[in-house]
Amino acid sequence: MIVMGLAKEFRLAEAEVGKTYEVVRLEGFGAVRRRIMDMGLVPKTRVKLINVAPLGDPLDLEVKGFNLTIRKSEASTIIVKEVGQ
Amino acid sequence: MERRALQLAVKKFKVAIAGNPNVGKSTLFNGLTGGRAWVGNWPGVTVEKKVGRIRVDGRYLEIVDLPGIYGLTAYGVDELIARNFIVEENPDVVVNIANAANLERNLYLTVSLIEMGANVVVCLNMVDLATDQGYKVNSEKLSQMLGVPVIPTVAVEGRGIEELKKAVVEAAERREKPAGLVNYGSKVEGEIGRLSEIVEKDLELARKYNSRWVAIKLLEGDSDVEDKIKLSPLSREILDQAAEAREKLKSSLGRDLEGYIVEKRYEFVSQLVEECIGVLVRKPITLTDMVDYVVTHKVFGIPIMLTALYMAFKFAFDVAAPLCDLIDWFFGCLLYDLAATLPGLAGSLLADGIITGVGSILIFVPNLAFIFLFLALLEDVGYMARAAFVVDKIMHKLHLTGKSLLPLILGFGCNLPGIISTRAIEDENDRKTTALACPLISCSARLPVYLVIAGALFSAYVTGVVWSMYILGVIFALIMATLFRKLLFKGPSSGFIMELPPYMRPMLKSIGIKTWERLKRFLFKAGTVIFIGVVAVWLLSITGPGGYLGVEALGEATLLEQSWIGVIGHGLEKIFTPMGWGWQASAALFFGFIAKEIVVGAMAVLFGVSEEGLIGAVSGAFTPLTAYAYMAFVLLYLPCLATLAIIRGELGLKYALFTAVYEFILAYFVAFLIVGIGTLVGLGG
Repeated sequence: MIVMGLAKEFRLAEAEVGKTYEVVRLEGFGAVRRRIMDMGLVPKTRVKLINVAPLGDPLDLEVKGFNLTIRKSEASTIIVKEVGQ
Repeated sequence: MERRALQLAVKKFKVAIAGNPNVGKSTLFNGLTGGRAWVGNWPGVTVEKKVGRIRVDGRYLEIVDLPGIYGLTAYGVDELIARNFIVEENPDVVVNIANAANLERNLYLTVSLIEMGANVVVCLNMVDLATDQGYKVNSEKLSQMLGVPVIPTVAVEGRGIEELKKAVVEAAERREKPAGLVNYGSKVEGEIGRLSEIVEKDLELARKYNSRWVAIKLLEGDSDVEDKIKLSPLSREILDQAAEAREKLKSSLGRDLEGYIVEKRYEFVSQLVEECIGVLVRKPITLTDMVDYVVTHKVFGIPIMLTALYMAFKFAFDVAAPLCDLIDWFFGCLLYDLAATLPGLAGSLLADGIITGVGSILIFVPNLAFIFLFLALLEDVGYMARAAFVVDKIMHKLHLTGKSLLPLILGFGCNLPGIISTRAIEDENDRKTTALACPLISCSARLPVYLVIAGALFSAYVTGVVWSMYILGVIFALIMATLFRKLLFKGPSSGFIMELPPYMRPMLKSIGIKTWERLKRFLFKAGTVIFIGVVAVWLLSITGPGGYLGVEALGEATLLEQSWIGVIGHGLEKIFTPMGWGWQASAALFFGFIAKEIVVGAMAVLFGVSEEGLIGAVSGAFTPLTAYAYMAFVLLYLPCLATLAIIRGELGLKYALFTAVYEFILAYFVAFLIVGIGTLVGLGG
């Protein structure tokens, strides 16, 4: 109970459609990681999973007021936690 | 000072336009230059460079359109081009176009540009859209916080363009050095200060670069800036200091420095957004979300995409058909007959060479124009990005990306614009792979060949046989792409990190310009190459080992057999013995190298029949099996001359030759297999 309010951390690839999350940290490296960051997926940013492509990949996210696509393999390098609606 | 005086004397300013993709950059460029621009390539790479020149109050502005970018790292080709242009060419002003309806991400680039030391004027575009979406941007406040002018515009309606031009001229004459914008916190700022002091000791570096920017980039570990520093006599000192600072900061901050710096920059941007944007109402569901729900739907997404693309082609071919007939009649009958009345060599060269050759290209123009028009419409509305999103999973399985979709689809119209449009793929490996596989997609020039041969030998199943060719083309394009990506262009996937732009009302002008630019390139490239090719083949037909045969050879099969073309045909016949194609069919393939549809006309000449009598001649020369192999061979054997020229222009001679060789081997192999397997299972008769 000491860690009350501390939401569980997991990978963005496991997110649910329609829910909003907050980026905790980025794993990964190099060009792909930097591109993810330049597109606005930096720690403390809110990100909502809008939709998943018909074949289950990639994901359609809402970040900073725009829609960003990202593959599950990249999304699994992004650690997020759930936030209230 | 001297430099400035010189610039004022000639009153010519260099202006660059920078901004994210999909924010109206092309519209702004066209609005500023009035559409008058010339197109070239950036040095060393084949990314398009557009330049226009205008006069404002007696001063010349040379306006350069930089590639659409999100950041200024050393990772992407586009980003490096933009960055190097700003650093090396030192434009007087950088107009940063930002989408008022999506400021947070757009301002990240703005902050990066100002940090570089560029003399920035912000063009706050689509302010109307922002208001519609419930935002209100305080541009005075924004200007004050950024320390640069901010001009609100609606580029599609031309609103604010005059004010922007004025602000650009004023900024160019002021030419201020911007101060540091983002505060990275005392620890990092201390290191930035120390590092930039050392950088400034090298006067050459200090003159060329903004030392604060160099220091920040070195802390980020930017490889391109490190390479630039290596040329300095102080490189040791600078790089050692940078490495030491990075280590120190990494342990004191407890995290990676690159991430920290990006985060701080975004923190500053959030602050800007908070203070300069009033949110009136945030609509819960936008139109974009609703449309996306349908077009990327689990069940309907893929059928919708296939329908949209099918409609694009159906529409293009149906609308264009009467126009194609008209052009065919104009060249094939009117001009041909007119030129043929000229006596001797000149008449023949004009009629059989130039008019036939040029006509064979122009006949595709209506088809292509409508395909390009429809695809440009789908692109501008924002749908093509969704189509890429929908198919990415399949493409990824084949080691490609969803972004390869548009080039391959365009390839069905004509391979040339397909290959050119691979420029939009940032990853070099993905781009080369797509460009090399694109010629295997069955373009509209191959259709007449299928129609004649299938019509002659598969009368009841023409549609099915023709369809099978298209499917065969797609299958081989995907197989070869997978092989290339795995064997030749190895490397990790660069992912599918892409913006899905909001849906937009299509702008007639922008679609028109896009369509015309693609068409123009096809006409010029195809026109010049085919012109040369046609004349060469004409010469080879009227001369032979025995000397000059006369222009009659073009209409007489027995005479033509003695020409160089006849010699080549008989030579090729030997190569194609396993497939059982005669010398006429083999020689026609040689003509097809110029443009595939010429195969039909060439066969008519070689068999010594009219095009109407061709069906009979062809059905006598092939069995269904050898005919099917022949069609597959025409589909795969060699890209046409114009396609090879484009590959050479885009990727270099090496890749053009490679394409010719691999396609020939593939085609031979496939045709051989078809005949071989067909004979084995008893279809040979």
